[in-house]
Formats: sequence, C-alpha cells, structure tokens
Amino acid sequence: MTEKLKTDSKKTIVELNGVVKHFGEIVALDGVSAQIREGEFFSLLGPSGCGKTTLLRLIAGFEQPTKGNIIIDGFQMHGVEANERPTNMVFQSYAIFPHLNVEENVGYGLKRLNLGKDETARRVDEMLNLVDLDNYNKRPAHALSGGQRQRVALARSLIMKPKVLLLDEPLSSLDKNLREQMQVELRHLQRNVGITFIFVTHDQEEALTMSDRTAVMFEGQIVQIATPQEIYSRPKSKRVASFIGVMNFIEGQLLKGGDQNTTVDAGILGNVKVNPDQMPIPLISGPVTIGIRPEMLTLLFEDQDRIEFEISGVILESAYFGDMTYYTVQVKGLESPLTISMRNTAGRRVLEDGESARVGWGAESLVILKKSEL
Amino acid sequence: MNSNKNTLKVFAYSYLIFLYAPVLLLPIFAFNDSTIISFPLNSFTFKWFAGLTQETYLQESLKNSLFVAISTSILSTCLGILASRASARYEFFGKKSILSFLILPLFLPEIIIGVALLVVLMQLGLPLSLWTVILGHTLVCTPFSIAILNSAFANMDMSLEEASLDLGETRFGTFKRVILPMVSPGLIASLLIGFTISLDEFIIAFFLTGTETTLPVYIWGQLRFPAKLPGVMALGFLMLLLSLILLLLVEFFRRRMNRITEDQANVQFGNLFKT
Amino acid sequence: MMDRVKNWFSSDSSRGLTLIGLPFSFSLLLLAAPMLLIFFLGFWTQDYLDLDRSFSLDNYIEAWSEPMYRDLMLRSLGISATVTLATVMLAYPMAYFISFHGGNRKALWLFLVTIPFWTSYLLRVFLWKVILGYNGVLNSALDWLGVIEEPLTFILYNANAVIITLTHAWAPFAILPIYVALEKIDRSYLEAATDLGDGPLKSFLRITLPLSMTGVVGAALIIFIPTIGDYVTPKLVGGKDGLMIANMIQVQFMKANNAPLGASLAVSAMGIVSMISLVFLALNRRWLRKRGS
Repeated sequence: MTEKLKTDSKKTIVELNGVVKHFGEIVALDGVSAQIREGEFFSLLGPSGCGKTTLLRLIAGFEQPTKGNIIIDGFQMHGVEANERPTNMVFQSYAIFPHLNVEENVGYGLKRLNLGKDETARRVDEMLNLVDLDNYNKRPAHALSGGQRQRVALARSLIMKPKVLLLDEPLSSLDKNLREQMQVELRHLQRNVGITFIFVTHDQEEALTMSDRTAVMFEGQIVQIATPQEIYSRPKSKRVASFIGVMNFIEGQLLKGGDQNTTVDAGILGNVKVNPDQMPIPLISGPVTIGIRPEMLTLLFEDQDRIEFEISGVILESAYFGDMTYYTVQVKGLESPLTISMRNTAGRRVLEDGESARVGWGAESLVILKKSEL
Repeated sequence: MNSNKNTLKVFAYSYLIFLYAPVLLLPIFAFNDSTIISFPLNSFTFKWFAGLTQETYLQESLKNSLFVAISTSILSTCLGILASRASARYEFFGKKSILSFLILPLFLPEIIIGVALLVVLMQLGLPLSLWTVILGHTLVCTPFSIAILNSAFANMDMSLEEASLDLGETRFGTFKRVILPMVSPGLIASLLIGFTISLDEFIIAFFLTGTETTLPVYIWGQLRFPAKLPGVMALGFLMLLLSLILLLLVEFFRRRMNRITEDQANVQFGNLFKT
Repeated sequence: MMDRVKNWFSSDSSRGLTLIGLPFSFSLLLLAAPMLLIFFLGFWTQDYLDLDRSFSLDNYIEAWSEPMYRDLMLRSLGISATVTLATVMLAYPMAYFISFHGGNRKALWLFLVTIPFWTSYLLRVFLWKVILGYNGVLNSALDWLGVIEEPLTFILYNANAVIITLTHAWAPFAILPIYVALEKIDRSYLEAATDLGDGPLKSFLRITLPLSMTGVVGAALIIFIPTIGDYVTPKLVGGKDGLMIANMIQVQFMKANNAPLGASLAVSAMGIVSMISLVFLALNRRWLRKRGS
C-alpha cells in the first residue's frame, strides 16, 4: 500500500454551519463552522471543556444541534438518528462489548446486513488483519489489553465502511510508548483506508503529529483551522500560540501596517522589519504582542561572530531533555525571562546557571499577534 | 485486643446457634417416628416423607404456589426492568417522588397491603383467586426487583449503548443485544428473589386467595392438626433444601455479575437496604 | 410547533416517563387506590353487611379511646420497639465480627447467617413454639441439665415469646445492612485514630459507630415498621397477652364485620409508626451532627 496517498479531491465530506449547542443554561458550542475534506485526517484540538467532544457527538448524531446544521456527504443530518448516519465512532473508553468476544464485537454492526456467516467471517478476518489482530477472533473481551481493545474498536467501526470515522481521544488512556506507537499506526491506517478521520484530542503534540489539518477550539468556538505547520508558526492569537508548544511573548508596537514596509518596535529587540505573512490576522498600528518560539532563538557561543539581531542575557536555569536542552534566560529590559531551546548536537556544551549568554534570533521568526489578555 | 476478638468470636458462634435453633429441629422431627413434636425422640423413619406423596391437597397447594411464585417473579422483574431502566438512564418530571412511591411497599406491613387490596377487590366485586394473590405479591416484590436492577442498569456504561446505535442497531435491538445480556445476572437475581419471597409469603396470600390455596396458607391450616405436624416437618425440610439450591444459584450468578460488569456485588445487595 | 412536539417525543424525558408509566400505573392502582380507600373507609361505618358512607369520626374515636384498643396499640408499639432494639443490638456485634474478623470467610459467614431463613416463616414460628413450650426443647434441656426443677412458663403464650421469635426472624434483615455499612468504613480511619492515641473502645465509639449509623438506622426502620403489622407470630405464640394490633385488624375485617373500625385501627397504627420513625430519623441526624464530622 502506498504511504503517501495525498488526497486530490477537495470534496467537502462534512460541513458544519453555525452549529450551536446549549445544554440548558450552558453554551457548549457557540457557532461553529468548518468544512472537512474527504480523506483528511482532521483533528479537533482544545483544552477540556472547549466543546470538541460535544461537536464530535453532534456529528455522530448522539445529540442534535440547538441551532445551525450539519451536512455529511451532501445530506442534511437534521433529525437523522445516530444509527442512520454514515459515520462511526471510536469511543474514549472503546466501549467494547464485554459479553462478546473479538469477532462478535467486530462483526456486531454487520449482523443487521444479513450477509451470511461466511461473508461476515471473511470481512471480520480482513479487518482483524488490517489492525494486526489476526487470530484473535475467539478472544473474550475481558482478556484484551488497552491497546488491543483500541484496535478492536477501530476494526469494529471500520468494517462498517463509514464515510467518516470519529475518534474521541482514543489514545488518552494508553501509556506514553504505546501512545506514540499508536499515533504512527493510526496515521498509516488512515492513509491505507482512505477514510476521513475526525480526531478529538487535548494533546497538541498528538494533533500536530497526526493531522492534515487541525481545528483549535476554545470555549465552544473554533479559533483557527490550519495545517500543523501553519498553526505552529502562524498562530492566530496569543492563546493559540500558548496552547501549541511553548512561545515567548514580548510586548511591542506595530509601527506601520499591512504592506512590505511593516515594522514592529520589539522593545528590547529593537525595530524589526517583518513580512505581512508574519501577521496571521491583519492588524493596525498600535500595541501588539510579538511571539517567538524557543527554537527560533539561539544561544551563540564565544567563538561565533556577532549577528544582526543579538542581545545579551544571563542563564537562569537549564532543563536537559536528552535531545534538547531548554534554557531560561534573563535578558535586560525584558521582564519575563525567555525560553530558548538548543539541540544537543555533538560537541556542543551545556551552558551553566549564572553564565552570561548571547541570545540571537532572526527577523522572520517573529509572529505578530493581537495584543490580548490570555 | 485479642480478648476482644475472642469474646466476639464466642458471641458469634453462640448467636449462630441461636439462629439455627429452630431450623435444626426440622430434620430432627421430620425423621422422628412419632406423631408428637417433642422430646424424647423415637426411632428414625422416612415415613413422613413418603406420606407427603399421598397428600393431594398439599400437592395442589404446592402447584398453586409454584404458579404464583413464577408469575410473580416474572411480572415483578418486568416492572422492575422498566422502572430501573427509566431511573438509571433518564431524567424526568417527578422522578424522585415516583421512585419513592414505587419502593414504598418495602416499608408497609404486609397486613395493611393485604387488607387494603382485599377491600378494593371486594368493592369492585372482583372474585378472589390465584391471580389476586399474584397481584399482591407483585406489588411487594417489585421494590426488591427495582433495588437489584437499578444497580445493574446504573453501572452499565452508556457508551456501550451508544456504540451499538452508532454501529447501526435500533434502540430495541440495542436493548436486546447489549443491555439485556449485561444486566442478565441482575435479572436472574431479581427472578430468584421474587420467586423466593412469593413462595414463602403468607399474610397477603391468606387475605387474597379464593378457593385455591398456596403452600403457606396450606401449612397454616395444617398447624391446627397435631396428626399432620410431622408431615409438615418433612415438608419444611424439603423446602429448606430447595431454598438452599436456589440460594447457591443466586450466589453463582452474583459471582458472574462481578466478572462481567467489574462491580462490587456487595454494593448491589447493599443497595437493597439503602433507600 | 410540530417540530417541538416531535422533539419532545424523542427526548429523554418522554422516554423515561413512558418506561416508568407501566410500573407506576400498577402501583397507583394497587397501592395508592387501596391505601386511599382504607383511609376513607375509617371515616365510614358498617352495620353487619351494610356500609354507610357518610362521614363519621366514630371509628377513630373508638380506636383511640377504647382501652382495649389503646392497650393493644401500646403493647404492639412496645413489642415492636423491643424487638427492634434487641435485634439490632444482637445483630451489630455479629455484623462487626464478620466485617472485622471474618477474613477470607466473610462470604461463608454471611451465607451461614442466611440459611436458617430459607425455611418457611410459619414453620419457624411454630418451631419456636416447640422450643419454648411447657414440654418443649428448652425446658427439657434445662431440666436434663438440672438447672430447673419446674418448667418455665413465662416464655410461651405471651409477649415474651413474640419478642424472642421476632428477634430471631428479623436477624438477617439487621445483620446485612449493618454489615454493608461496616464494610464501607475505610480501615485507615481506625488506624489513624489508634495512631493518634484512641483505645479500641474509643475508636469504636468515635469512628466506627457513627460511620455505620446509616446501616443501623436502615435496619431499625426495616424492622420497626413492618413488625407493628405482624400477624403470624402473635397468633401462634402470643397466647392472649401477646396479641398485637394486626390480629385485631384481621378480626374486625373478618369475623366482626366491622371493616371501617379495622381500617381506622390500621391507619392509626401506620400513622403512629410513621411519626415515631420520622422523630427517630430526626434525632439520629442531630446525634450524628453532634458527634462531629
């Protein structure tokens, strides 16, 4: 099977139009709109309570929207029950039927189709092979490990050939190593099968690793839909920037807006000319927040030449992560220390607490964000 | 500390003797070759058991009791399923009051229930029969059924239901293929409890039977005739054996309930006494 | 509009009500209606077979003022209270023993405790008669042991016999709830108390007892309320002095053909018992609060 099955069709498979959901007084979703493309690995990312699971359940049909509508494969889903939709879901707890064995679980949804024993068995075996659970047919549900349950849940849903597979934080209950392994496997599986995956997670690393596009959600609204690279390097707001990875923030001023001569006064970093694409949303002159990722800052050693953008500081502390070291550096003129990450390449020494440091960056690394309270 | 434990131990064993005192007399007098129920004992005999086979009225009553007990257990379990499912899964107007009302019979003396039902039936001009007994027994057994099943339904993971729907199954199909099997140990327990309660219930049956009696009502009648007493002892002993077997069955299903739903069955039976 | 109606029909609320509709109707018909009827019946009068439905307080007045009924009522309450107290006080150490000293054999102990009660209640009461009788097991045994010369007569055909028999009959209904409540107590609380200097009695009084109160209260209510209405035991072993209100109620409904009087007795009994239970619950709540949490 080819690895990179880049989907050519830009056909929209799921369309959300102004979806609002109230639970009594509580507003879970406050007008959500999006278009999810066929064959995409699309994730819904956000902190607990942001509404991502609610949105998933609305797509699945377990709840109906208070306002707005959902269109799947061109069909209106208003009033359509969960068991009639071309979607299938992998639940957070996997929801494996404990009184049935593996093949009965996987073949559960096929029963109503009356395919006959042989055809059902064939399809079940095919699915078990796909998720690497060959010969697990007669295994009872209670004898499965977490990872195995997850595969059974996947097989059970995929065997129904849904247009969209919905996954509700399926990896959150797995330990770290297994989780990372499953992330890769799920990705491959999705590519293999070609089905649209809508994946809910609160783990930004997970979302970035696996998705074609991600929707970042806060408080019932989608604030940004973009590819992982875009979300990471061009977050639309300070909140998105903080949620994804670590970001240094510096208060500054936008001196001229919108064109080739845009300049920001980056406080201690001086005046810097930036490109319009470094402003994810258009801003007018005035106070702004400037963001720069830790890996976009660098520590220069004694033997390196001076560069254009450089200031001096002091190492407050360092955190060693094996492949990277994260430094907290106090820079004169900036109230909060900067976080800088350095790859531990061969020969590079780790700077010590108290040492003076030279902090360098490039103008193109800055992201200009709307000034806001987080 | 140890002396405390030992005193408790002595107490426990003494209390156990107290609990078994009347029951141990059953086999003693059932096998005793004497028409008088008292000491000293005579020789060992099986004749009282043999004599039971001649008592046609006894067999009639036994059949009636079985009929009533089975009907009661089925009816009360069905009502219990409906009420428990509603209670565990849905919120609706007046839920707390309705449920409190449904388990009220647990706290009413049976004579009140028996007398009240009798009055209603007489006012309506309805004849007394085994069916009126079944109605009375169902009223009394349904709270037990609800107590047992409520736990079972509440502990069921809702995502299992949703998963079934998600895979295309209808609501009724989901009930049949997922919900029912998962609460089946609770169902069995409910059926057995209902059966057992009904089989031994005297007062309500006493008030509500017509011409066909149940076993306890029959026994009550027999207690007046000294000559019949040894036979009653034999009968009682047999019933004890039957109950023991049933109890072992309940225990078996309770263990299975533990395995399937990964649950503390103690909590479930404990809920029998929690309101 | 139709949409909203349709929405309600598939909503949780309607589904819940539909499901509970059947058992609730059943209860309304077979419990609420009869109870109401009994309630109103007390206000009517019956002359042989004729029922006079005009409102009258005669029966209630008779039930409350006639010494015979008053004494019977008080005796029934006294017996119920005594039985409840005796049963719970005997059951508690047993439950405690199983919960704290039962080890691996807790299930076995519980099993053993319930077996005697899988015999017919009627037969058990009858067998107590055999035990407590003039020539009964107890007297024969005591005589054989040389403890007594004359058979004891105060143990049968009176209230004592009723109390003994019922204390036996209700045993498992007290042991099980108390056991469940005791099991729920986190043993580390007791370890903490011991660590802080409490002896075994103190830690029992300050921790175990209050925490097991829900079980005790549950047991007490399960025993007290229905015991008032017990018919079989007083009838078989109560003689004349041990009869209870249920026996009188039965007589009024059957032989005496005075259902309204029987109804007024029944309603009065239930009323008094409910009041006492509510007071008991309230007092218990105060006691628990005073104990401090």
